[in-house]
Amino acid sequence: MATAAATTNAGAGSAQVIRTGAGSRYVIYTLLILFCLYYLLPLYVMVVNSLKPLSEIQAGGMMALPDALTFAPWASAWSSAQVGVEATGLRPYFLNSILMVVPAVAISTVLGALNGYVLTKWRFRGDTIVFGLLLFGCFIPFQMVLIPMARMLGLMGIAGTVPGLVFVHLVYGIGFSTLYFRNYYQQFPTELVRAAMIDGAGFFTIFRRIMLPSSGPIAVVCIIWQFTNIWNDFLFGASFSDFDSQPMTVALNNLVQSSTGVKEYNVHFAGAIMAALPTLFVYIVAGRFFVRGLMAGSVKG
Amino acid sequence: MSVSETSGRAGRADWLRDALPKLVLSPSFALVLIFVYGFIVFTFYLSFTDSRILPSFGLVGWQNYTRLFSLRAWDIAVKNVLIFGSLYILICCVLGLALAILLDQKIRAEGFIRTIYLYPMALSFIVTGTAWKWFLDPGIGLEAVVRSWGWTSFEFDWIKSSDMAIYTIVIAAVWQTSGFVMAMFLAGLRGIDNEVMKAAQIDGASNWALYRRIVIPQLRPAFMSAFVVLAHMAIKSYDLIIALTGGGPGTATELPATFMYSYTFTRNQMGIGAASATIMLMAIAAIMVPYLWSELREKK
Repeated sequence: MATAAATTNAGAGSAQVIRTGAGSRYVIYTLLILFCLYYLLPLYVMVVNSLKPLSEIQAGGMMALPDALTFAPWASAWSSAQVGVEATGLRPYFLNSILMVVPAVAISTVLGALNGYVLTKWRFRGDTIVFGLLLFGCFIPFQMVLIPMARMLGLMGIAGTVPGLVFVHLVYGIGFSTLYFRNYYQQFPTELVRAAMIDGAGFFTIFRRIMLPSSGPIAVVCIIWQFTNIWNDFLFGASFSDFDSQPMTVALNNLVQSSTGVKEYNVHFAGAIMAALPTLFVYIVAGRFFVRGLMAGSVKG
Repeated sequence: MSVSETSGRAGRADWLRDALPKLVLSPSFALVLIFVYGFIVFTFYLSFTDSRILPSFGLVGWQNYTRLFSLRAWDIAVKNVLIFGSLYILICCVLGLALAILLDQKIRAEGFIRTIYLYPMALSFIVTGTAWKWFLDPGIGLEAVVRSWGWTSFEFDWIKSSDMAIYTIVIAAVWQTSGFVMAMFLAGLRGIDNEVMKAAQIDGASNWALYRRIVIPQLRPAFMSAFVVLAHMAIKSYDLIIALTGGGPGTATELPATFMYSYTFTRNQMGIGAASATIMLMAIAAIMVPYLWSELREKK
């Protein structure tokens, strides 16, 4: 699998050949650091201004560190800010997102693992077509399914609920999780599966005893990918949730866009960081796997 | 070849063992058939009906499509996605490639720098949009900051101008994704065969010539992947617009995705909304189908 985390091996890679002098190395490091600042600037602005009283922001100087450090914007964003019509803060919506993400990620990952196992080790006539259809489903513009999905959720009695959102994310998450596990299991020696079969092991025994124990890395990649995507989703959340089932992204957007009263930038920034923390945490703890997930979705496995 | 052909016990157990894998796969496949392909057919059908606030099934032929293409708002959305898409893809590729080459010079703390370049990809646009809105707002953002440094005639109010607002979307979108494109190119650079480079170097080729003549041409597959991923993201862009401009000023930054949403759910023109979604699907299919086809065939 091609990953940015791949270490340079002795035989290949352009860096093995290129030599740079001290002067150009100075330029290179300067440029790299400037770009670090460029990528960090929005995050810096968010963090710094979430810790200032509003008066300090209105006085200008949003780049400056806080004079009077305060955590009040964080408290307000979490439990008392006006989100839409009610002053509940973002807390209930954070919980909605957790309740939505956990089952959707768990179920789509399990289904993806089973599908990948079938598509590589129990191949049948037409399996590539089945996989192709699953895969193309990942890339369709979801505008194409919004109208019928709204009706279908109504028919199923889960319109405007968190379980409804779980269902939607589950359905449109299957394609990617299948892609990950299929690409991974393709590298897995089929001889082992065959040998176990001759010993009389069945479909599920082989999956549990042989495939699962070595699936750790790809499971992590898949879980991170699904978690990030579903947590960050806005379109489905905005289309299919009621006021009390909104996920974090939709609630944050309501908080930020609400036009009543003074714009409390510090509260908005605090809320934005809250919405970012789970995925940011995952990225920092397991960045290697995150990158691998991104790449597997674009570069062939 | 099915692995299950290795042993041959007859009877029902045998049938079950043959069918079991397909049975396990079938719920997922059924879900995707209904909720992806069934729904595509449904929306496609709606695009030929007189649906307004709710789906209705009176056929009206191509009327929705002719109306769609005569709408100024759709015209703007299409123009915007072309401007946005081409600049977004171009700048992301140039910046991504440049950063990848810089980062590939045996840099100390490479992993750390890579982490910083890539983290925007982990965030929702609704999140980073809050910071971008500040940055772009002339009253408190870049314009105000630069003026407070003493350059009092400095102007940066693109987000308020209907001609320039679409470019602010490009700025923010490039920030979000260029690190990811960098990672794709870096992976490509790490896989390059350097024998030819060594030979050219002995012949006295400069670093610049080595990259231009030997390295970059070898990155074709990475360019392909980057193009497909970015084009597909550009066409689907939605949160970006909602977070930054809400489509405004006026309708200056509407994209097909926001057009579809507002025509279907707020203007109650579901037939036209469905027609616009169909056009979006066609555009994505034109990019994705050949790509997926070649990827799947290569793997065999």
